[in-house]
Amino acid sequence: MYSRWVERLTDVSISGFLWAFRIVIVLVVVVGSALTLTQGKYSLATWIDLALNGLSLGSIYALIALGYTMVYGILGMINFAHGEIFMAGAFGGYFAAVGLAQAGLLNLNPLTAVLSVVIMIAVAMAVSTTLAVLVERIAYRPLRKAPRLIPLIAAIGASFFLQYTFRGLFGPGIYAYPAVDVLGEAVPLSFIRLRWVDVLVVVSAFVMMAGLYLFVMRTKVGTAIRAVSEDKDIAALMGIDVNRAIVTTFAVGAAMAGAAGVLYALMFRQVFFFSGFIPGIKAFTAAVLGGIGNVPGAMLGGLFLGQAESIGPTLFLDGFGVPSPNQLRDVIAFTMLVLVLVFRPSGILGERVTEHKA
Amino acid sequence: MTGDANGTGGDVILRLEDVNTYYGRIHALQGIDLEVQRGEIVTLIGANGAGKTTALKTVSGLLHPPMGKIIFDGADVTHVAAHELVRAGIGHVPEGRRIFARLTVLENLHMGGFTRSVAERSEDLERALTLFPRLRERLSQKGGSLSGGEQQMLAIGRALMSRPRLLLLDEPSLGLSPILVQQIFELIKEINSQGMTILLVEQNALQALNVAHRGYVLQTGKIILSDTASGLAANADVRRAYLGEI
Ligand SMILES: Nc1ncnc2c1ncn2[C@@H]1O[C@H](COP(=O)(O)OP(=O)(O)O)[C@@H](O)[C@H]1O
Ligand SMILES: [Mg+2]
Repeated sequence: MYSRWVERLTDVSISGFLWAFRIVIVLVVVVGSALTLTQGKYSLATWIDLALNGLSLGSIYALIALGYTMVYGILGMINFAHGEIFMAGAFGGYFAAVGLAQAGLLNLNPLTAVLSVVIMIAVAMAVSTTLAVLVERIAYRPLRKAPRLIPLIAAIGASFFLQYTFRGLFGPGIYAYPAVDVLGEAVPLSFIRLRWVDVLVVVSAFVMMAGLYLFVMRTKVGTAIRAVSEDKDIAALMGIDVNRAIVTTFAVGAAMAGAAGVLYALMFRQVFFFSGFIPGIKAFTAAVLGGIGNVPGAMLGGLFLGQAESIGPTLFLDGFGVPSPNQLRDVIAFTMLVLVLVFRPSGILGERVTEHKA
Repeated sequence: MTGDANGTGGDVILRLEDVNTYYGRIHALQGIDLEVQRGEIVTLIGANGAGKTTALKTVSGLLHPPMGKIIFDGADVTHVAAHELVRAGIGHVPEGRRIFARLTVLENLHMGGFTRSVAERSEDLERALTLFPRLRERLSQKGGSLSGGEQQMLAIGRALMSRPRLLLLDEPSLGLSPILVQQIFELIKEINSQGMTILLVEQNALQALNVAHRGYVLQTGKIILSDTASGLAANADVRRAYLGEI
């Protein structure tokens, strides 16, 4: 009797709390935007700047998010070590850049600079892929048949293991990423402010995403990966080597993350053992936003999160007189993660996850 | 000419010797001996839970027996993985069809031909679509949008895409309307007449014995009877237990 009352009360207070939460969020967004815009403190050019910055950031999140979503699609687990795979790629690119700088190629002329970046990305992809394949083999494959919580814990363990291995190898300090001078220069356009690094990030991210999408949707191996995601036993009855499909998924996701590691480091000019954590969680947020398990969803979720993070703080919070709202971009990302998990766990693009479970 | 019930001699394509399969501690197959000869339709009948599906999964490599031996086409395949057995020539149409719901019909068929080269695949595709013209109109539709009967046809067509030499069919008539059931059994005969060896699992024992050459009766993990199909259909015990006669 008593416990039933407690239950009812908790139910009521939880749903009341959720409603209050929704109302507060909607108010902040609507009132905040209205206040900011009516104050007219920011010019159109500023908003365009923010949107372009959000586009660069968002395409990087999208690249990383693909790895989370594909691994979830095929194994039903969140690969928490994916942020570290991204960080490892950034380190790989760092050492390639140092080598290229010593050889005098990194900033010799724009052509060698571009080639250097290509080499850095290739090295990063190789490092990330190797590492991810090892993690799958050592930490996840033996737990394939274990209850769902177990591989999740293994993933958290793998994440810590990689962080502290890199800390052990390269120390706790922050490495300044070698500067590729051309990338810092402005693109000669009169109407927008844009650096070459943004062009590089957005173009290469979109090319890779398009490539991945074609790979998944149009090739035999990509179709096999989708088949394995749906039903492993039946995929095996088709003659598909399920383990190989899973390894391929990890490898492809890691290659994207490795490339993203270099792009991110070229934007923010630093790398250290913990630098995969925040981008990793944000890309995870992006994957959840897009509906985890859904490939186009991860891309959209990443781009959306990039904009929300870049424009959101200024648009929603500045109007309330919050000082330097851009410091709060992480808060925006994590608020969105909580919002999606609470109100729409299937993500923006919806039902795929539940269909997957059925 | 079909082989005799004890399966001596002849051209044996599949032989199970004292096969034991477990789910954890559940002893689902308890020493199965079974033989299929090239060109035959052999049926495995038995009540729900007897172990029919388990037997097929053991043959196709989804389950591995810790005891016993499986010989396919003269080679010991007891420990060969499922995806390799497809290349060896075993096709398995699983219970409940298990179409890839989010893949298109064409992609489902292509996955069936995963082990084949692209050139061979288009030829096999044409064959499958000749056998199941209904699928041709639905090639770009998602597998999940097909009706039960169409899904069964897709499941069979998909398995044929690998050009198996032995086709395992697990309750192909389950859940279909009487007309479709009739069609499926006609089809089984047709595929067999083109030279396909078939191991057919059915709860619909009467129909199965009608198309099969020989049959085995499975009860709680053991083979309790084996005979020619007509012999089994005439057997009083079989008629009482599986053909609904009192
Ligand atoms: N995945 C499983 N885990 C545990 N027991 C199972 C599993 N699948 C089947 N069984 C058991 O094995 C026995 C045989 O099942 P099955 O081969 O599916 O029978 P049938 O196909 O003849 O209906 C049954 O007792 C069933 O409960
Ligand atoms: Mg069954």
